[in-house]
Amino acid sequence: MNSSHKLIAFQTIVVKEVRRFTRIWVQTLVPPAITIGLYFVIFGNLVGSRIGDMGGYDYMDFIVPGLIMMAVIQNSYSNVVSSFFSQKFQRSVEELLVAPVPNYVILLGFVAGGMSRGLAVGAIVTAMALFFADLRIEHPLITVSVILMTSLVFSMAGFINAIFANSFDDISIIPTFVLTPLIYLGGVFYSVQLLPDFWQFVSGLNPIFYMINAFRYGILGTSDIGVSWAFIILSIFVVILYSACIWMLRRSTGLRH
Amino acid sequence: MTTAIAIKDLRKTYANGFEALKGISLRVEQGDFFALLGPNGAGKSTTIGIISTLVNKTGGSVEVFGRNVQTHVFETKLDLGIVPQEVNFSQFEKVGDIVMTQAGYYGLPRALASERTEKYLRKLGLWEKRNDRSRSLSGGMKRRLMIARALVHEPRLLILDEPTAGVDIELRRSMWDFLTEINATGTTIILTTHYLEEAEQLCRNIAIIDEGEIIENTSMKKLLAELDQQTFILDSNGHIDSLPELHMENVSLHKVDEHSLEVTISGGQSVNQVFAVLDKAGIQINSLRNKSNRLEQLFLAKLTRDSN
Repeated sequence: MNSSHKLIAFQTIVVKEVRRFTRIWVQTLVPPAITIGLYFVIFGNLVGSRIGDMGGYDYMDFIVPGLIMMAVIQNSYSNVVSSFFSQKFQRSVEELLVAPVPNYVILLGFVAGGMSRGLAVGAIVTAMALFFADLRIEHPLITVSVILMTSLVFSMAGFINAIFANSFDDISIIPTFVLTPLIYLGGVFYSVQLLPDFWQFVSGLNPIFYMINAFRYGILGTSDIGVSWAFIILSIFVVILYSACIWMLRRSTGLRH
Repeated sequence: MTTAIAIKDLRKTYANGFEALKGISLRVEQGDFFALLGPNGAGKSTTIGIISTLVNKTGGSVEVFGRNVQTHVFETKLDLGIVPQEVNFSQFEKVGDIVMTQAGYYGLPRALASERTEKYLRKLGLWEKRNDRSRSLSGGMKRRLMIARALVHEPRLLILDEPTAGVDIELRRSMWDFLTEINATGTTIILTTHYLEEAEQLCRNIAIIDEGEIIENTSMKKLLAELDQQTFILDSNGHIDSLPELHMENVSLHKVDEHSLEVTISGGQSVNQVFAVLDKAGIQINSLRNKSNRLEQLFLAKLTRDSN
């Protein structure tokens, strides 16, 4: 298989993935938009107006980057985990496994599909945010790089979850019990400067905290941490997760008997 | 002649300790129409799984057109088309998209993929269904869709794992014609089936696998020649009152009912002599059929012998 064949195989996987989440847009694109819209209305408008400033910004402006990031993380992850697990469950993944597609092309295809959905939902949420907040992007390059790398990391994490999952319960455990608490405690709704020292230290152990803060820095120009930390952590996660995914595909974990 | 597939001492023991393959060896020549038969759980699907890389082997080797499937993964996959036993495409996708997607996995450019998709969907009578969701297809259509999908990259070796299971006889015969046509163009075909008449009709060579071991591997002709005894049912339009005396060795004649006779012939006796005696006795025979499928008789005999 030469590189043009590999590119066609990659495009095929991506097109299939995008076709899947756009075909069921009522399940994939609308619910996150509604949920985040409710956050804007309730936390931003109703509660936020009583909170006043946060980190030197209007509360609504402060939470917008975190909410966009939350949508991107959740949707990048859930697209890959649900799509790949469904293909395992229906055994349609065998179509791919019998074909001469290298493991890294399979991985990148699914990851690109996950990123497409994550970024599509992120774009919808950003468009909605324009109705509630005065959104200006202070550092476009940082904003774009952080969101792309975060989406990449969580798409790969979703892939690993799908590889290990044996039932539909297994694909909801990590998002419910791990991802959601980490996102909520990652400083979406508050600045860690408000927390006691101990809880500030605990927040520092949460990788999502760095991602949200770096993204907030890209949009607002303010952050609780040094942005370079976020890039270092994101880069480490990219390398570790990519290597883990490729290793599992090579070992055929959960895919071949 | 080039060998399409060479299996040497292939072994598979699953994680639960079940030994599915106990060192089988097999050769299928290029252009052959080969039957791999065996009862349920004999190891047929495991063998196909290992060839297609969906199952990891425990030992031995598999070569496809002279290339090891483990060391030349991509080249051997290009040569292989697999039609699995169970439906394994997305039930939510459109028929045309399923075939187009498979073409994409093999790196076919879009124009060629569209052309091949149309070609095989038309040949298999699914072109009109190309925009339908696959879940709306009947069982027979789903099987045909899997064949179209397996052929879209035009492999040199097509492996079909019970492709006509649950398919009605009319459709089955049209699939036989299609497979014969594909084989005539040079595609090597390996077929597993529970319909032994299908294997007898289509295949030139045969292997019988039982409990993870090959118990027979020969040509269909040689195998059928082993069958020393055949039983025919003769139907007559007239009323059969009594049976004539045959005075023939290795032939027995019984009355089934007022219009049918059963004749068992062995030791190379000709059925013509029986017809002559019946004709003399005024019994006109309108039709003749085998009481049971010849391969089926042999298959059961082999399995029984093996288990004894």
